[in-house]
Amino acid sequence: MPKALSHPAAKPLSARIYFWSTVILFVTMGMAGQAWAVSETTSAGALVPWWVWSLALFGVCFLMGIVSVPSGIGGGTLFVPIVAGFFPFHLDFVRGAGLMVALASALAAGPTLLRGGFANLRLGLPLALLASFSAIGGAMIGLALPASVVQMALGGLILGIVWLMLTSKNSEFPMFTAPDRLSTALKLNGVFYDAASAKQINWQVHRTAQGLLLFVIIGVLAGVFGIGAGWANVPALNLLMGAPLKVAAGTSGFVLSLVDSSAAWVYLHSGAVLPIIVVPSMLGMMLGANIGARLLVVLRAALIRRLVIGLLLFAGIRALLKGSGVWQ
Amino acid sequence: MMVTPPPSMQSDEQLRYAGLMEWGARLGIAVLLVTFTLYASGMIQADIAPEQWATLWNKPLHTYLELTARPTGWGWLHRLDRGDYLSLSGIAILAGSSMASVLALVPLYWRRQDRVYAVIAVLQVLVLLLAASGLIRAGH
Repeated sequence: MPKALSHPAAKPLSARIYFWSTVILFVTMGMAGQAWAVSETTSAGALVPWWVWSLALFGVCFLMGIVSVPSGIGGGTLFVPIVAGFFPFHLDFVRGAGLMVALASALAAGPTLLRGGFANLRLGLPLALLASFSAIGGAMIGLALPASVVQMALGGLILGIVWLMLTSKNSEFPMFTAPDRLSTALKLNGVFYDAASAKQINWQVHRTAQGLLLFVIIGVLAGVFGIGAGWANVPALNLLMGAPLKVAAGTSGFVLSLVDSSAAWVYLHSGAVLPIIVVPSMLGMMLGANIGARLLVVLRAALIRRLVIGLLLFAGIRALLKGSGVWQ
Repeated sequence: MMVTPPPSMQSDEQLRYAGLMEWGARLGIAVLLVTFTLYASGMIQADIAPEQWATLWNKPLHTYLELTARPTGWGWLHRLDRGDYLSLSGIAILAGSSMASVLALVPLYWRRQDRVYAVIAVLQVLVLLLAASGLIRAGH
């Protein structure tokens, strides 16, 4: 980690980087939307060369990567509403790319989380099995529905995520009564080393049946909208099942890698995954996330959440208005 | 900063999965970058050149498929000499890498007499195989 970022004196600089990343992201979204509106009214986007869109996509995803990591919300959740709202790509292709972006991020982070015990295979596998199966159904539903319906539903979902971010209070170590029979039978417990407290943390989960049911619904949503489901996985694992926050966040990434794989195959076989959209997005998001992870140490969580809530609110309203035909 | 504890704290399954996941992601991203560079630079011929996408990517999926006569399912494998199809190979590796990782867990669980998790792992592979089979496609 660069010394400038880890030193306390670097705090204002990091906060400024983060603030301006978010501002530039807002402005770029507006400019992309404007350019798209112009190209729509002329000969189908031919005015703007392909590489300009690819560069803009790379830049926006880079900024999304920076803001997504410290805010604790996956890049995939930001990607679909923002790119679908402000770029000329059809929602079908944006969802295909969104799944690939979320999948690549989950695969890149997964090994470290698994080795550190922050992601747990025993906990994640049964949840992923149900969620990845339902994600196939979700992908079929999402690609069969008219784009305007999916766009409006996406707007509603994003506003729901905003509400969830405003109201839910994830807990570092949630209240835990006793493991249920299913949790005991499946041995849904583990251990990880918490560097913050320099302690070895043993954990178990409860409300396993309810958790499994909830992951079926989460899988459907991931498939329909092509967004990473970290926003739903983490509260489900943490608040409902009682997993420590770090285990919930790590295991969420592991579950996501399997859920998004299933849904991505359906989009790929249906022809909805375009490398020309996927590659700049994936590269930008991964590079941005790398910088975001460095800022994580020095930024204030409350400020970050407020900025990301603002971004999501804007993108959610845009999706609703676009789907209803009010703001094309 | 995250401190990784000694590997011995995690199960063999977890460590094996982590290793395979890492290699799958590296391979998929490398193949995707190389093949896309070959395509975007024009070094390989393509059915749809990069500059043509600006007139296609704003169309709904079914219109795009009608206009381009693109194959669905595994049809793209027959056209790997074309840059636009070749780039899909990296995407397929990324999407398929989890399958190999989960499959590698089955013998470990079985040997440990953990039949329930061996069955869960087999079922997970079957779900991924179903998704990857190309039998399931969708569209408007």
